[in-house]
Amino acid sequence: METGGMPSERARLAAAGARATVAASLSNRPRRDVVLNTAFAGLLFLAVMIALAGLAAILVQAFIRGAPALSADLFTNMPSTLRPESAGFRPAILGSLELIAGVILFVVPVGIGSAIYLEEYADKSKWWNRVIEVNIQNLAAVPSIIYGILGLGFIVRGPLDVGFILIAGSLTLALLVLPVVIIAAREAIRAVPDSIRQGSLALGATRWQTIRRQVLPASVPGIATGVILAISRALGEAAPLLLVGATVFITYDPTPLERFSAMPVQIFQYATRPQEEFQTLAFAGVIVMLGVLLAMNSFAIWLRNRYERTW
Amino acid sequence: MERPAIAVRPEQFRHAAGGRQEKVFELKNVGVDYGGADAVKDISMDVRRNDVTALIGPSGCGKSTLLRCLNRMNDLIAAANVHGELLYHGEDLYGPSVDPVQVRKLIGMVFQKPNPFPKSIYDNVAFGPRVLGETDDLDATVEEALRSAALWEEVKDRLDDNAFGLSGGQQQRLCIARCIAVRPDTILMDEPCSALDPISTGKIEDLMIELKDEFSIVIVTHNMQQAARVSDRTAFLMVELDADEDNRWGRLVEYDDTEKIFTNPADQRTEDYVSGKVG
Repeated sequence: METGGMPSERARLAAAGARATVAASLSNRPRRDVVLNTAFAGLLFLAVMIALAGLAAILVQAFIRGAPALSADLFTNMPSTLRPESAGFRPAILGSLELIAGVILFVVPVGIGSAIYLEEYADKSKWWNRVIEVNIQNLAAVPSIIYGILGLGFIVRGPLDVGFILIAGSLTLALLVLPVVIIAAREAIRAVPDSIRQGSLALGATRWQTIRRQVLPASVPGIATGVILAISRALGEAAPLLLVGATVFITYDPTPLERFSAMPVQIFQYATRPQEEFQTLAFAGVIVMLGVLLAMNSFAIWLRNRYERTW
Repeated sequence: MERPAIAVRPEQFRHAAGGRQEKVFELKNVGVDYGGADAVKDISMDVRRNDVTALIGPSGCGKSTLLRCLNRMNDLIAAANVHGELLYHGEDLYGPSVDPVQVRKLIGMVFQKPNPFPKSIYDNVAFGPRVLGETDDLDATVEEALRSAALWEEVKDRLDDNAFGLSGGQQQRLCIARCIAVRPDTILMDEPCSALDPISTGKIEDLMIELKDEFSIVIVTHNMQQAARVSDRTAFLMVELDADEDNRWGRLVEYDDTEKIFTNPADQRTEDYVSGKVG
């Protein structure tokens, strides 16, 4: 239907005008916004850089200064106060391994058990369960030296009275990281959707069967990640151990019932000696510990990514 | 382990005389409240053996709540109270000696959203028999259940694959198979097709009609055509408000043969609902 040139010409002009208006309003961002945006992004980048620079400085320092002492002897030699050239970390490494084994033995059943109770059984409308919950969060933030005092007062002496032995160190570290494990395990358990529990219960499974055969298997990766991270923390703690019997100059392989040593304590001790050689030794110890921690954290991340599930 | 239980075994009923008119559930003035707020009130109806019984009605009318009374899934909600009399094969389902775990073994449930376990297809079906300790000839039980759920042909070559790899419709049939594997007497289905496409829905509907030879089925559905297609008896529930409209609860308006509900209902409200005038 032809209605002449005029209307269509008018329509064309109107369309062009509209397009120009749209284009103008799309490109016309206020200058102030642009500046603020850039400045803010810059600040955030700076924050990241500061964090990374600090970390890098420590790493580089440790590697440069510790490298000369890095050798297999480090793992096999006993410590010494006199001859840094033949001093090593053998009892400290063994002590740390035994401490961690003890922590795992204690923290896995108790931590997972607590998490199961709090998530699956505790009635959240009762005030005492809420009190427990808040306090576990708080305990995770208590400084480690406090746990050291607790360990000294209640485990080494006091009610348990086990003396200054490796098991006391294990229990103290276990108490220290227990809240972290409970919190991680609870989150993993909570991530299992209720539809899984209901599906299981609807088949005539009991509550415990449902937890044992559905909820726990589905939350194992999350729990394992939490446990590994907690153990990494326990491995790096020196302060509480100093209070519960970690000694520096033991020249034997410690058993769980003896006085013991641990990597961070040994590093601390070497680092406080004035001789340059001992400080080199301390840095070598730092490298070893960093290597172990890095390996453990990488494993935790791998575990999480490998088994991460979207429901 | 023998639990104090309702004294019934499904086998008894499968071969019992009396056939279709036998009652599976008898509800007398059953109501549910959540911490004092009524969800459904005064429901009285009988569910007959080997029928598909449909519960229809608008959202919030308490269909699902009512369904969950029937296998004591409401027990899992601390605030829920069930009152009135609810008989299952003549026994009080809420009697003091009744173990809800045993109830759920006899009265299976299929949920709105397919909820396969994060395990292999085989382990999903085997889960029920395993927790009940019935592991003799497990392979045969699994195959039979998958065949009954019309899923065997599609999955027989990949029983060890994770169930999450199945399509939604297949997952829902797997959930039905999982339920069949514990040999229940009755299967409750809570809007089993609401998350599925029309083709999967059709398969599940065909399956329901097949399964009713062996089981009694109670289904909650939003879809009136579905109720009309698969069910023998239909209950229509509606939302009722109190005078100042503060509280709302579901009430049974009409319960009859499906054909009658959809062609010649006795109650005007039922007619308005099934003809699409309200709801």
